[in-house]
Amino acid sequence: MEHYHMNLTLKVWRQKNSHSEGKLETYQVKNISSEMSFLEMFDVLNEQLITEGKDPIAFDHDCREGICGMCSMYINGQAHGPWKQNTTCQLHMRAFKDGDTIVVEPWRSQAFPIVKDLVVNRSAFDRIIQAGGYISVNTGNAVDANAIPIDKKDADDAFMAAACIGCGACVATCKNGSAMLFVGAKVSQLALLPQGGPERESRVLNMVAQMDKEGFGNCTNTYACEAECPKGISVANIARLNSEYIKAGLSTEEK
Amino acid sequence: MNEVIDLQHLSLFLPNSYYNISIMTWKHFFTSSIGKKFLMAMTGIFLVLFLIVHAGINACIFLNDGGETFNKAAHFMSHNWIMRFLEIGLFAGFILHIIQGLSLTFQNKKARPVNYAFNQPGKNSNWYSRSMAILGTLLLLFLIMHLSHFYVGTKVALYGGDKPHNLYHEMQTIFSVNWIVALYLIGVASLFWHLYHGFQSAFQTLGIHHKRYTPIIMAAGTGYAIIICLLFALMPIAMYLGWIK
Repeated sequence: MEHYHMNLTLKVWRQKNSHSEGKLETYQVKNISSEMSFLEMFDVLNEQLITEGKDPIAFDHDCREGICGMCSMYINGQAHGPWKQNTTCQLHMRAFKDGDTIVVEPWRSQAFPIVKDLVVNRSAFDRIIQAGGYISVNTGNAVDANAIPIDKKDADDAFMAAACIGCGACVATCKNGSAMLFVGAKVSQLALLPQGGPERESRVLNMVAQMDKEGFGNCTNTYACEAECPKGISVANIARLNSEYIKAGLSTEEK
Repeated sequence: MNEVIDLQHLSLFLPNSYYNISIMTWKHFFTSSIGKKFLMAMTGIFLVLFLIVHAGINACIFLNDGGETFNKAAHFMSHNWIMRFLEIGLFAGFILHIIQGLSLTFQNKKARPVNYAFNQPGKNSNWYSRSMAILGTLLLLFLIMHLSHFYVGTKVALYGGDKPHNLYHEMQTIFSVNWIVALYLIGVASLFWHLYHGFQSAFQTLGIHHKRYTPIIMAAGTGYAIIICLLFALMPIAMYLGWIK
């Protein structure tokens, strides 16, 4: 692929903290390599801001390999930018051309309050996991990995659901701020496996109750989440969440 | 921490509430996000079934027999006591679907209090799937007009009318006005997009997502929306243009 350099105009959301008003600030960056990742381009901008004695832009990042789920930028009206099944850190500048204007905003959701600039607090996801994302196991020596036979299809589906990195792009994209793709993936990866059996009903009831408590919206099946998910989590997981919840909710006496 | 463990040792003698088990109630179910969506899907499918009956009976006008068959069918629907009883269920279905839809919409708006300065929803979803609330509101307005045109007149005739009610004639009168025909066509267009998304969406909400069944559901939903809406659209058009007398 051809290597080129570009000058860009960036419009970045700046917000001091969760209580203050934020606004879009315009910045110019020059001589950006097409080989850079989007976050490297932000590093260049922050170096520039520090040299000018200004406050650098706060943004979340960790592994920069597309697997940790920390990066969370809403780029040009799309979660994680224009590329499909891709995280912000794996978005490369060759997605843009010289003279482009790029708008960068944080995830917007009632349940994800802005900490600073592009950093949002996603601990609502942690509390949903805590409500039911565990299984019962016997203590003692670690058991053999393949001691329980599992159907190949179920193992594959569970693995596909477990690919969710919890970045929150689904919530950020959904016009309803719904977390059902995330919760669907987390419920599915355990509901599909025998290991998830003991807490199968209480898990889905408690995780959905926590999801509602956190103030996430309700799915209207636009499937925007699936289209923007960096890991391609299928909306089949939302259907599974629905059927697990309906079955448990209509039959269980206690949760 | 130790205190908690001690309590659990005594669990045989303690009520459930000591070890974090709570009762699942109907209120929990029907006020939860998925419980509300479940109700939306069930009432939606019920209304989908109702529209088949509605379109089927109204299609009698296309026999072009001066409304004889249609008036007979309409008379049965408004006088048979089983139909009158089912009518209560129909109203309940409409009211639940409308109230629940509005409540979900307000809740969803609250979940995203600040909108993006720049957003490209067209890159990841269809406009009609994102517009169910707007389409539904248009349908509600249409429904109010539609009931005032046909339902109220039928009831007045039923309880206080001195001469037998000619619903076919009433249809002809109403559909002779061009702007009313236009409003009906807007209503039918809203109905089409609402059904086109809503039909398959209801099954997803009920937890049906299957490699073999989902394509059938999608095809059935598309066919259903086209046939029902085409039939409904042809009624005011055919009467206005005098295709049926």
